[in-house]
Amino acid sequence: MNCRGLLFSLSVAIFACSLVLGGAALAKSTVVIGSKIFTESYILGEIGAQVLESAGSAKIDRKLGMGATGILFESLQSGAIDVYPDYTGTIAEAILKQPGLKSEDQIRKALAPLGLTISSSLGFNNTYALAVTADLAQKYDLKTIGDLLRAGDDLRPAFTHEFMNRSDGYRGLVEHYNLKIPPKKIVRMVQSLAYRAVEDGTVNLIDIYSTDAKVEKLNLHVLKDDREYFPTYHAVWVARQAFTIEHGDLWRRLGELSGKIDETMMRKMNAKIDLEKQSTEKVASEFLGVQVAAPQSSTSRIIGRTKEHLVLVGFALAFSILIGIPLGLIAARFQVAGQAILLVSGLVQTIPSLALLCFLIPLFGVGNAPALTALCLYSLLPVVMNTNVAVRSIDARHLENARAYGLTRWQILVRIVFPLASPTILAGVKTATIVSIGTATLAALVGSGGYGVSIVSGLSLNDVPTILTGAVPAAGMALIASVLFDLLGRMIVPAGLRR
Amino acid sequence: MMLKIENVSKSFNGKPVLRDISFAVPQGSTAALIGSSGSGKTTILRIALGLIPFDKGYVKINDQALLSFDQVEWSDRIGYVPQDGGLFPHLTGSQNVGLVPKLRGWAKSRINDRIQTLRQLVELEASVLERYPHEMSGGQKQRVSMMRAAMMDPSVMLLDEPMAALDPIIRRSLQQELKSIFTSLGKTVVIVTHDLGEAVYLAENVILLHAGRIVQTGTYSDFLLRPADPFVTEFINAHRTLPEARDL
Repeated sequence: MNCRGLLFSLSVAIFACSLVLGGAALAKSTVVIGSKIFTESYILGEIGAQVLESAGSAKIDRKLGMGATGILFESLQSGAIDVYPDYTGTIAEAILKQPGLKSEDQIRKALAPLGLTISSSLGFNNTYALAVTADLAQKYDLKTIGDLLRAGDDLRPAFTHEFMNRSDGYRGLVEHYNLKIPPKKIVRMVQSLAYRAVEDGTVNLIDIYSTDAKVEKLNLHVLKDDREYFPTYHAVWVARQAFTIEHGDLWRRLGELSGKIDETMMRKMNAKIDLEKQSTEKVASEFLGVQVAAPQSSTSRIIGRTKEHLVLVGFALAFSILIGIPLGLIAARFQVAGQAILLVSGLVQTIPSLALLCFLIPLFGVGNAPALTALCLYSLLPVVMNTNVAVRSIDARHLENARAYGLTRWQILVRIVFPLASPTILAGVKTATIVSIGTATLAALVGSGGYGVSIVSGLSLNDVPTILTGAVPAAGMALIASVLFDLLGRMIVPAGLRR
Repeated sequence: MMLKIENVSKSFNGKPVLRDISFAVPQGSTAALIGSSGSGKTTILRIALGLIPFDKGYVKINDQALLSFDQVEWSDRIGYVPQDGGLFPHLTGSQNVGLVPKLRGWAKSRINDRIQTLRQLVELEASVLERYPHEMSGGQKQRVSMMRAAMMDPSVMLLDEPMAALDPIIRRSLQQELKSIFTSLGKTVVIVTHDLGEAVYLAENVILLHAGRIVQTGTYSDFLLRPADPFVTEFINAHRTLPEARDL
């Protein structure tokens, strides 16, 4: 059996497929809109995307739910995305590291040297806020935070740990408003539990984000911060200046959204997603008052994601075969180089995948490049290690006999070493493939495609069916890969070694 | 053709393992290299096969030195039967036998004809050649390995402990067959063994090695009647014989 030929043609086929599909996927984008990984950011991103699409002057590529602030900011700077929604407080604190910057103009000025800019506020401020039950609000006629003084001993507060510890949280608040809420009276709990506690009446005062969906559902009253204690988190568009110049029309369209979304509207939209499980596309379209484009059928969406996932995994697989096997051979042949190769590929494996993806963003931007790089690096170790072990464990007498029969080095490699090592090498490639199928789901976090897109957006929208449309096919793909490799084993591994 | 080893010396890491080894095996005759383990007999074999370099001396076939050949040319002149047959586990019997001629570009029909000839010579059933080594008995492996060694029609055959792993009855019958195969092939044969009985039965000339030196070369009667060294007598006496019936 000519196992070299088979392996080679398999690798070439996978490699070619990856390039064709990968190339096709990369060629499309013109204007790229991103978003962070929570409900509100998805909605704003989708609203922005639909506004830009309706202008019709460019192809719009959605990269929604890419990750946290750091990833979005890096992506914006590297040009991988053109625009995304964020908050003034976040920009000042997390990006510019100048928490003192409050006004839009100050922030715009500070962003200019970075080649970035922001729009005017969309109209709402998603900051910390205090909310009380309707009963309590009615009983004491509570409208502002200062009014809490009237409730006195009737207050049963529950605050999050973060709110209790932040300098702009509880401590500053009681000072600023001269409130009398002693710490020992406060229950500390995570937000989801606090909502439950307020629902069953155990507590009646909690800290919230001002656009939180549950506020509506639980009929809570949000107290006005009339003495402007909490920092402002006005929602704005953050964009590359180059984009605002090149696509001035599109930037103006986004600007037209300024002042159009108030806190109540945003809360309602969040509720539609989080509580009523509507799709972001539908909620965004309703807001814009346009006809909803027929949502992509879930089958065609899964097929699309499958293609993207196959490209990611196929590329990593081809890489692990074309690079991993030769590296494994070198490792088995040369002691020192072998140690170095195994050490480095082992080290790469110990880097947590999320951390590796973050390291790669400054080098490769976002999208397929960092995802493919990470996958290739991860798929290397199993192949290198198995090749090394397989070749080392070949009985030295077989190699000596082959030399005694006058086989050349190349003939020994192809006729003796590869066939004898093939079961273990194949097991390594199988491991690499299955690991890649799993790890590729994380690629969505850096704006690449695949099943991870469904999983990540499902997770952040707390939408189990969407998670399943990513997780189930990913598991299925891993299973199919496992079966295919067993079949491939029958073709490649010589019958004399299958006992 | 005659195989000649002339003044060969070899050290591993400064430790001499062969000291000034010389012997000649005339065309068509069989010589046995015998000695206890560590005596250097396998090292001589590996040197004769061109597998390891040596420090001094010559290995010659018909007065042509090993070093004037490349490994491929040399290997076609020397057939090798490793310990336990040394068949490649991933190849069937016929694939093992046919590997080298296939790599040398022989036509399929030529390979098959040669396999049939040799198969009849070693008296092997055709079906055995379709099996993998792990499906063969010890004797079958040895026969297939003999075929493989003879495939390129070498002038010299080297056998390394060919019967070490076989049970006594099979061993005895294979020894008889080997003797007739050697005769009918007319090859120059060197067989490495630690079994004096086998050496004496198969070979005209026995070469006794001890600690990297040749202690004595000759026939069994030379060893018995004219031992060159007390070690020769010690070595002969070390072979335990079964007691006679009257001694029981």
